[in-house]
Amino acid sequence: MKLLFSSNSRHGIASLRNWILALVLIWMAHFFVADEIDPYFFSIIMYAGINIILAVSLNVVNGFSGQFSMGHAGFMSVGGYISAFATTQLETIYPEWFAHSFLMSLFFIFILVLAGLGAGFVGILVGLPSLRLKGDYLAIVTLGFGEIIRVFILNIDTIGGARGLPNIPALSSFGLLYSWVVITIFCIWRLVNSAQGRDFLAVREDEIAAEAMGVNTTQAKVRAFVVGAFFAGVAGALFAHYLRYLNPQTFDFNRSFEIIIMVVLGGMGSLTGSVLAAVFLTAIREALRSLQELTRIDFRMIIYSLMLILLMLTRPNGLLGTRELIDFIPNGSRKKKKSLESHP
Amino acid sequence: MMLEFIQHLVNGLSLGSIYALIALGYTMVFGVLQLINFAHGDVYMLGAYIGMYTAHFFQLGQNSSVLALIFTITVSMITCAVVGFLIEKFAYRPLRKSPRINVLITAIGVSLFLEFSGQLLFGPDPKFFPQIFKPSGDWSIGELKINPLQILVFFISIILMSVLQTIIFKTRLGRAMRAVSFNHDLASLMGIPTHRIISYTFMLGSGLAGAAGVLVGLTYPKIDPLMGTMPGLKAFVAAVLGGIGNITGAVIGAMTLGLAEEFLVGYWAPTYRDALAFGILILILLFKPTGLFGVKQTEKV
Repeated sequence: MKLLFSSNSRHGIASLRNWILALVLIWMAHFFVADEIDPYFFSIIMYAGINIILAVSLNVVNGFSGQFSMGHAGFMSVGGYISAFATTQLETIYPEWFAHSFLMSLFFIFILVLAGLGAGFVGILVGLPSLRLKGDYLAIVTLGFGEIIRVFILNIDTIGGARGLPNIPALSSFGLLYSWVVITIFCIWRLVNSAQGRDFLAVREDEIAAEAMGVNTTQAKVRAFVVGAFFAGVAGALFAHYLRYLNPQTFDFNRSFEIIIMVVLGGMGSLTGSVLAAVFLTAIREALRSLQELTRIDFRMIIYSLMLILLMLTRPNGLLGTRELIDFIPNGSRKKKKSLESHP
Repeated sequence: MMLEFIQHLVNGLSLGSIYALIALGYTMVFGVLQLINFAHGDVYMLGAYIGMYTAHFFQLGQNSSVLALIFTITVSMITCAVVGFLIEKFAYRPLRKSPRINVLITAIGVSLFLEFSGQLLFGPDPKFFPQIFKPSGDWSIGELKINPLQILVFFISIILMSVLQTIIFKTRLGRAMRAVSFNHDLASLMGIPTHRIISYTFMLGSGLAGAAGVLVGLTYPKIDPLMGTMPGLKAFVAAVLGGIGNITGAVIGAMTLGLAEEFLVGYWAPTYRDALAFGILILILLFKPTGLFGVKQTEKV
């Protein structure tokens, strides 16, 4: 807690005032602008927000801690299903609650946290055994866990199984979703710039050396994993209550790949990079949508995959590398990070 | 009861032999490069499509014969070998000195690229694989009915695997491959052209995947551009199960996985089919990461 709330005025962007300002702006936009926006454009903004949360949270694991996880969609689905199950059950038992939209929004915040905690718990279950592995093996085991989660959801009939879970109440509003975007970025920014964040970086740079210096590497890795899973769960819950329909097929490994592409494109170890990449890739997806509907071919994935290959050949650290956007502004620069530029 | 058991056994062995052909490519590439070649499953998909187009082009669907089958498999193997060579040359070779995670990301990229440009080239809808080899009815032994195709698939795989075994253990190329997988630097000091040997390894593995593609088209004649992902991942699990880098291990691992899957589907819980492979993978990596026949390697600082 001290970690989150101790104000650190050295970093302009890290001071609490700016974050509160961002929240206020978002809620002003929510009350005054959101209704005016064209519904299609609005949906793109919403999906971009969800993707930002996913990409930023995966960056903690894949970027800052260097543990290449490919099962993020699994945690997203856990959060989505927990929250959707809770709200659909509540709606059938106490339909009158849903008449008070304000009360319900408050309650939804509680459910979101619950969904995140559920996903985080699954994160512990998955992370504890699999984080003993490294590199390629870890990648494929997390992919495997993601698929196992999907197959299990497919087999639970009370949450719809293969038919999917329809009629989820629409509770994800613009203000709520973007508040969570801000909360996610804030928490993760504070986390990776804290002592614990330095543990993550140490594990990424050289696990054996980190261990020799007294970093509890297993704990650091699991912690990063659980934080990532928590926010993925929240994103899943927000997604469920925006789309209002869940299907296990939505959360297959292609979904995980999509989030990985955002992290890799933006730069593994750059939060602003992830944000930019998430927005950019969501926009590309929509730009290609009409073409896709015409031909039923996923051009987006061809572009994504070429992007990945070319990126690895020419700029393996992603567009921003481990730098943040603010580092490019001459006077707003953070204090120079000490030689954490290169990846192992 | 017994009948059903034998039926599942035959199915499992036929499925296992297809996994084995794919798993060999994984295990060989992993042996020389320590890389999970994610694109390998998609080379197998390409193999199926190339087989289909070859059969259409030479109109092999009408006059089916063993010769037609052998011809299709050969064309598919050669084309896939070329594809494997190109993938290695343009995607993996420039990254030889990069961190492994970058190569892994590239492999994912190549895999997605093959899948979705496959959609672009072949169309996103499933296509039917022509019957280039049409057996005259099922073989029946008493009440037991066996599709001769499955036996054929099994035997063709066994033949291909023995050829591979001969190449690896009886030829100069094979000796060079084993040397490279033992130690790159030492091998090149001994005058082995490492890059070329790695290329050959990719070509061999991809050729086998191409053959697997044709064989799977023969037994399950519906093919689509995304068909390679799951068998690819499962073949990787098979390779890990047998001890990655170990040829015999990969075959045994694949047979085990094929049988396990078939019996799970037949007797217990068909809907958990896809979870089984990953469950096995997780268990094996946690309790015996070297696989059933692998050699233990210690991590050096």
